Amino acid sequence: MEFQDGARIGMRPALVGEEDILTPSDDRREHLVVVGNGMAGCRAVEELLARDAGRYRVTIFGAEPHVNYNRIMLSPVLAGEKSFEDIIINDRAWYAENGIDLIAGDPVTAIDRTAKTVTSQSGRTTGYDKLLIATGSDPFIIPVPGKDLPGVISFRDMKDVDTMLAAAAGGGDAIVIGGGLLGLEAAHGLTLRGMKVTVLHIMPTLMERQLDEAAGWLLKTALEGRGQTILTGADTAEIYGDGKVEGIRLKDGRDIPASLVVMAVGIRPAVALAREAGLDIGRGIKVDDHMVTSDPDVLAVGECVEHEGNVYGLVAPLWDMCRSLADGLTDRHTGYKGSVTSTKLKVAGLDVFSAGDFSGGEGCEDIVLRDASRGVYKRVVVKEDRVIGAVLYGDTVDGGWYFDLLKRGEDIADIRDLLIFGQGFASGGGALDPKAAVAALSDDAEICGCNGVSKSQVVASIGGGACSLDAVRATCKASASCGSCTGLVETLLALTLGDDVKSGPKTMCKCTSFGHDDVRREIVAQDMRSIPEVMQKLHWSTPDGCSSCRPALNYYLLCALPGDYVDDQQSRFVNERMHANIQKDGTYSVVPRMWGGLTNPRELRAIADVVEKYDAPMVKVTGGQRLDIFGIKKEDLPAVWADLNAAGMVSGHAYGKSLRTVKTCVGSEWCRFGTQDSTGLGVKTERMTWGSWMPHKFKIAVSGCPRNCAEATIKDFGVVCVDSGYELHVGGNGGIHVRVTDLLCKVATEQEAMDYCAAFIQLYREEARYLERTAPWIERVGVDYIKTRIVADDTGREALRARFLFSQSFSQDDPWAERAAGAHAELHQHIAHVRPMETV
Amino acid sequence: MMTGDWLDIGPVDQITPGNARTLPVQDGDEIAIFRTSGGDFHALVNSCPHKQGPLSQGIVHNGVVTCPLHNWHISLRTGEALGEDKGCVPVIPLKIDAGRIFLLRDAVIGRRAA
Repeated sequence: MEFQDGARIGMRPALVGEEDILTPSDDRREHLVVVGNGMAGCRAVEELLARDAGRYRVTIFGAEPHVNYNRIMLSPVLAGEKSFEDIIINDRAWYAENGIDLIAGDPVTAIDRTAKTVTSQSGRTTGYDKLLIATGSDPFIIPVPGKDLPGVISFRDMKDVDTMLAAAAGGGDAIVIGGGLLGLEAAHGLTLRGMKVTVLHIMPTLMERQLDEAAGWLLKTALEGRGQTILTGADTAEIYGDGKVEGIRLKDGRDIPASLVVMAVGIRPAVALAREAGLDIGRGIKVDDHMVTSDPDVLAVGECVEHEGNVYGLVAPLWDMCRSLADGLTDRHTGYKGSVTSTKLKVAGLDVFSAGDFSGGEGCEDIVLRDASRGVYKRVVVKEDRVIGAVLYGDTVDGGWYFDLLKRGEDIADIRDLLIFGQGFASGGGALDPKAAVAALSDDAEICGCNGVSKSQVVASIGGGACSLDAVRATCKASASCGSCTGLVETLLALTLGDDVKSGPKTMCKCTSFGHDDVRREIVAQDMRSIPEVMQKLHWSTPDGCSSCRPALNYYLLCALPGDYVDDQQSRFVNERMHANIQKDGTYSVVPRMWGGLTNPRELRAIADVVEKYDAPMVKVTGGQRLDIFGIKKEDLPAVWADLNAAGMVSGHAYGKSLRTVKTCVGSEWCRFGTQDSTGLGVKTERMTWGSWMPHKFKIAVSGCPRNCAEATIKDFGVVCVDSGYELHVGGNGGIHVRVTDLLCKVATEQEAMDYCAAFIQLYREEARYLERTAPWIERVGVDYIKTRIVADDTGREALRARFLFSQSFSQDDPWAERAAGAHAELHQHIAHVRPMETV
Repeated sequence: MMTGDWLDIGPVDQITPGNARTLPVQDGDEIAIFRTSGGDFHALVNSCPHKQGPLSQGIVHNGVVTCPLHNWHISLRTGEALGEDKGCVPVIPLKIDAGRIFLLRDAVIGRRAA
């Protein structure tokens, strides 16, 4: 159903013998001219016809050479699930039957509000009594070089779909810029059509406006499973090609070839025509509650309008607007009150729903249900006993119900405990007591799906003496895997034992019912690879964790996946993010590494120069045998590091849960008591261990004789040299609770001392809890356990050492050098500066 | 409703989700502008009510920032300390328009004069 450009379509019915249909020339009804033949413009006309069919004479101008079609359904057309004919809303007959003049393929280019006329591209001028602007929105084209190359298109109309289909017929690579709904739909369609698709999204998670981090991660994983490449944090630098598009270069230097680029980064209200006509424009065309613009004879509706400061890009508000508009045009004046929007979509066949405010904040409580095996994530945000937002992934059946509760502002206090299970549960038997519901379960009802444990088995385990959650997990395995049935098990404990329930081990934080050891075990067992994945699979009760669990998870993943895991900067404490130590006044101190406490004139000069150049108020010799430069501003850090790097120095990691220093005494080279080359061994040990991330800070010392000048017996790992070899000590601490080391063993050679050191560090890295120093760790597990693993088990020790060295092969890049070269510059710069202006 | 002039601080993509940037005002004072992982923006005076720690350097989670100095939790919406701690840091009115961040001029300049 296509029309020629600019052709006036004979939609006006023949008039012969039909008295009730009038030609324009002798039609004395008010003339309504609609600019825009899309969903909003035509819906408004439909609403108007439903109220008072004969009142206005209607003319519709459309830019596209088509009748009115459902723009939302372009995705299924692209995917090959529907044809264009399937998505037509109003066919030719509708225009004809209602006496509507359709001028398709001839966009209106000017409005003269004084003369009350519109003029189209072909030069046609038409008078109006009422004008309705429904120009919708324009795709936003990112201003990068190459944006105008042939083969670069948007995804907005039927013409774009035709271009994509033609490109897909030749196969090859396509790039979609934009990981929002439209972009993902385009990517899905092109994938189904046989193209190899890469999605570039500038934000860290997909569809961040509709989905929270957890749901965005699930979506990304699912799409990757369908063969798409999803690059988040991908910022396009340029689109290149000779005469037509050949690929994209990203700002980080990556180069991705493609013969088709679809830009789907967003839409903007199409206001150019209205602005030209002098109407009030904000982000969209400003309208009142009756969709009337600043000119009483000009109305506007749909995505091009701004109502009460809001601009909508969804279809539901559009229907509401059209109703109010038609009421106003027929003297009913109900008035549009704005829309609360919800999004329920299938993205590439995956169910997604979001509504309201899910950004969280205080006063807001999150009720989260995660069912890892089914790929379901449900989150309802509650504030003052009202639902204010919801995000659903994988199971969106109850989206409408949550949205209804949200819009009506219903008090959900009575159904709160069952709210997350959906309408079927929550409103099934009225206010159901969850305890009674569990009590009512039959004996063979399955409690733990992961391990196939029935209610009677759990009760038997409790009856057999398991009087805590942990004991139940240990005896019958219920709640020991994904943890989603923890609540049920706890209820069974309470029902069976009453007050005799013993509380379990301390959980990692309030976001989870699991302890540190459980989380670590599951990360390895289930091969989890990112923080959102851990939170999903282990049923975190908060959307993005807290300042306790995020750093811990980041460390556990880093430890489990050396070289593979991408460190999450947002999960690092300030010192580790800034690679310097924050001080009470907000400035930083900088400690360059001095291997084994050795330095030289070049390093000392560089440090002296930095102190003067950046006006550092203090330099101090630290307890770890190096120099600490105080009072450096965050803006100056990269330049300071560049100067220190130039003299050959690297980060001392004085700020990290990591290897700090290796303290040494002068040893046999100079000292008359020295038995071994303690300085040399210290330097070698530091070269081996620097840069390693640990559960907590880690200090090493090497003393050249039992006089122990390097204080090795209060370090995490200490070496005391003796005539016959090296005593190795572990678990010392000079902090609040001073703890002297335990003697691990004695070895004969330097190499053995270093091998045992590497193995001990790796055991600590793999088994201690985050923020647990070696001293409390060894008190907890016992020094005999450490000896069993490190001293008695040669094979095990060698494996630990090998894992440590493998991990170190990825961690010994100087973080200062990266920052000095410009990485994460935003962390060191202000966003802007306010320049004062004289106020009058 | 807030009225008055707004200062354009620049495009929203200058702050990545879960991070904060700073805007210096008078005599070393700063305003911290936060972007949550959910995409909300908030602005606070960059000074913890406890010991004036730079809140911009804290970990942001669920509408809260944890002060880097002593782990106080500060609400990004109200500036109030949460939990057992008591105190409040001024909130700077902020709006997002057409992909840019705006701060209420009086709240920024007012701080200069203060």
